[in-house]
Amino acid sequence: MGPPDPILGVTEAFKRDTNSKKMNLGVGAYRDDNGKPYVLNCVRKAEAMIAAKKMDKEYLPIAGLADFTRASAELALGENSEAFKSGRYVTVQGISGTGSLRVGANFLQRFFKFSRDVYLPKPSWGNHTPIFRDAGLQLQAYRYYDPKTCSLDFNGAMEDISKIPEKSIILLHACAHNPTGVDPRQEQWKELASVVKKRNLLAYFDMAYQGFASGDINRDAWALRHFIEQGIDVVLSQSYAKNMGLYGERAGAFTVICRDAEEAKRVESQLKILIRPMYSNPPMNGARIASLILNTPELRKE
Amino acid sequence: MAASIFAAVPRAPPVAVFKLTADFREDGDSRKVNLGVGAYRTDEGQPWVLPVVRKVEQLIAGDGSLNHEYLPILGLPEFRANASRIALGDDSPAIAQKRVGSVQGLGGTGALRIGAEFLRRWYNGNNNTATPVYVSSPTWENHNSVFMDAGFKDIRTYRYWDAAKRGLDLQGLLDDMEKAPEFSIFILHACAHNPTGTDPTPDQWKQIAAVMKRRCLFPFFDSAYQGFASGSLDKDAWAVRYFVSEGFELFCAQSFSKNFGLYNERVGNLSVVGKDEDNVQRVLSQMEKIVRTTWSNPPSQGARIVATTLTSPQLFAEWKDNVKTMADRVLLMRSELRSRLESLGTPGTWNHITDQIGMFSFTGLNPKQVEYMIKEKHIYLMASGRINMCGLTTKNLDYVAKSIHEAVTKIQ
Repeated sequence: MGPPDPILGVTEAFKRDTNSKKMNLGVGAYRDDNGKPYVLNCVRKAEAMIAAKKMDKEYLPIAGLADFTRASAELALGENSEAFKSGRYVTVQGISGTGSLRVGANFLQRFFKFSRDVYLPKPSWGNHTPIFRDAGLQLQAYRYYDPKTCSLDFNGAMEDISKIPEKSIILLHACAHNPTGVDPRQEQWKELASVVKKRNLLAYFDMAYQGFASGDINRDAWALRHFIEQGIDVVLSQSYAKNMGLYGERAGAFTVICRDAEEAKRVESQLKILIRPMYSNPPMNGARIASLILNTPELRKE
Repeated sequence: MAASIFAAVPRAPPVAVFKLTADFREDGDSRKVNLGVGAYRTDEGQPWVLPVVRKVEQLIAGDGSLNHEYLPILGLPEFRANASRIALGDDSPAIAQKRVGSVQGLGGTGALRIGAEFLRRWYNGNNNTATPVYVSSPTWENHNSVFMDAGFKDIRTYRYWDAAKRGLDLQGLLDDMEKAPEFSIFILHACAHNPTGTDPTPDQWKQIAAVMKRRCLFPFFDSAYQGFASGSLDKDAWAVRYFVSEGFELFCAQSFSKNFGLYNERVGNLSVVGKDEDNVQRVLSQMEKIVRTTWSNPPSQGARIVATTLTSPQLFAEWKDNVKTMADRVLLMRSELRSRLESLGTPGTWNHITDQIGMFSFTGLNPKQVEYMIKEKHIYLMASGRINMCGLTTKNLDYVAKSIHEAVTKIQ
């Protein structure tokens, strides 16, 4: 019998608890000041707009809703980003953060032949380890959190990363590190980028809180964008579970920054080969909502 | 500058059925017909959102108490239980005995994948990638990939379609089962076999079950067309329910893409039938682990629609009616196409068009004839000769029939 999930199992135990004083400080979902789930106003508006259009339910392409993936890439990379404008990227719709991470992990397992090792920060989100393991990769770690100071162990991280074998994969939390909440400052990110570049590592960014962390979309994506500008090889997983409150709709995306648009097409074709035997094509609802919000100026502002 | 880390990534070929639709879209000929991808179309050639689905969506939209919170890992409980009840029957003894578990999956594909991953890890030993997996010849092409990507190394075919007699090769099928190693996994199409549209009769299913029981073979049903095939939910579930009544432990991957028209919401369910409650609970606990690293938890919208419909007697009746509408139109197109071909005197026999069941028909056209249909007549169908009956309408029936006649008489 498998043990309950370490994170979601807490919520299940909470639900079973009959004590009136119970509090759930477990699972990562936003709660308002009354402890209730919060559906964003712009989400409600987008849903109303979608319902009014009475659209059909035809299958999405394997890579997902094009308006969504394009807007997702632009949100992460920035509209003025050279990588975005040149089209040297591929973004596929994923099943929220987990699904995007997993598709990316499977892709690297199949095509990134330089290393089997993924370096996670210590600690990291509990589900990272089994995701990469199930994808057939091996897990290693680099120092990140210093429990003595409750802050970043910057020297420890720099030291560990400088020893990572070349061409390994390093996972980085783009912002709002889960579970510690400790993020590097920009000057520290610059130094981290420098050593990642020196070691020729592939940077796998997990961005589940863009906009949610600091309130500023661009600020939260600064590290990701900096790494790309430095010419580091980058892949990225995005989630819209928290920043749009779309948890159960499973809206997410996986992006590979490529040399050029031709390479992006090759990579995309292989991502589709991975996705089709997993779930054929992604769910429409969350992506439609997210796409409408990102592509409609008034909603995006909200 | 150093070579790209992705320099060695080859360009993968496009998935055939989607390439077909892409080519169709680009075709400027006004007579064009798409008989490729498997989605229902109305007589006007349009997608059809079921009226009951629109109604339920309004109910959901109007329900202020609903939010977008995460579903449990295994999915929406009301959806799971009711989806399995649809497959196994209201009076299913297995359900009454609590030896049925359910996992909400992303469409039928997702349900298949979770089942495949579980079997690879926990069936016939631990992580036994050598367990043979048998798929029908032919089968939905994605079956191979699902089981391969789940880690199985030995995927074989069992004889199924007899091209000469245009029907089921029962002897070949039973023979392959006799010779299969014990504990092999067999992917069975619950009804409306894709792509041939040819199903075993109840009597033939009984023979299949007898061999499988004797050889200790594992039945993994793929049920993507329940209700859609014959118009009757119970009739289309007969084979699955028979196997359950014969005491098999089995999986059944269900899709609600076609019978609910919920294609892009990705609504599926994996029904797990075990010997007893304890076994099923342990199986589910391991499937939970697999789900957690694949998509964490499934999308809620489609499951809500199905659960709401199945738990309301009135909505359930409306749904069955909608399903019958679709099934009836398909049956009508079958008989209309057949009668036209027979009137034209098209060489060959055409009763297989109406003998076959479900969305698809294996016309018997060979690749050269298919190429003629596409290039000369702008009628798009799979190289195997498979057509989607839903692509036929009262407006294009004559054109399609005449074109088939030409292809058969001009091209050998």
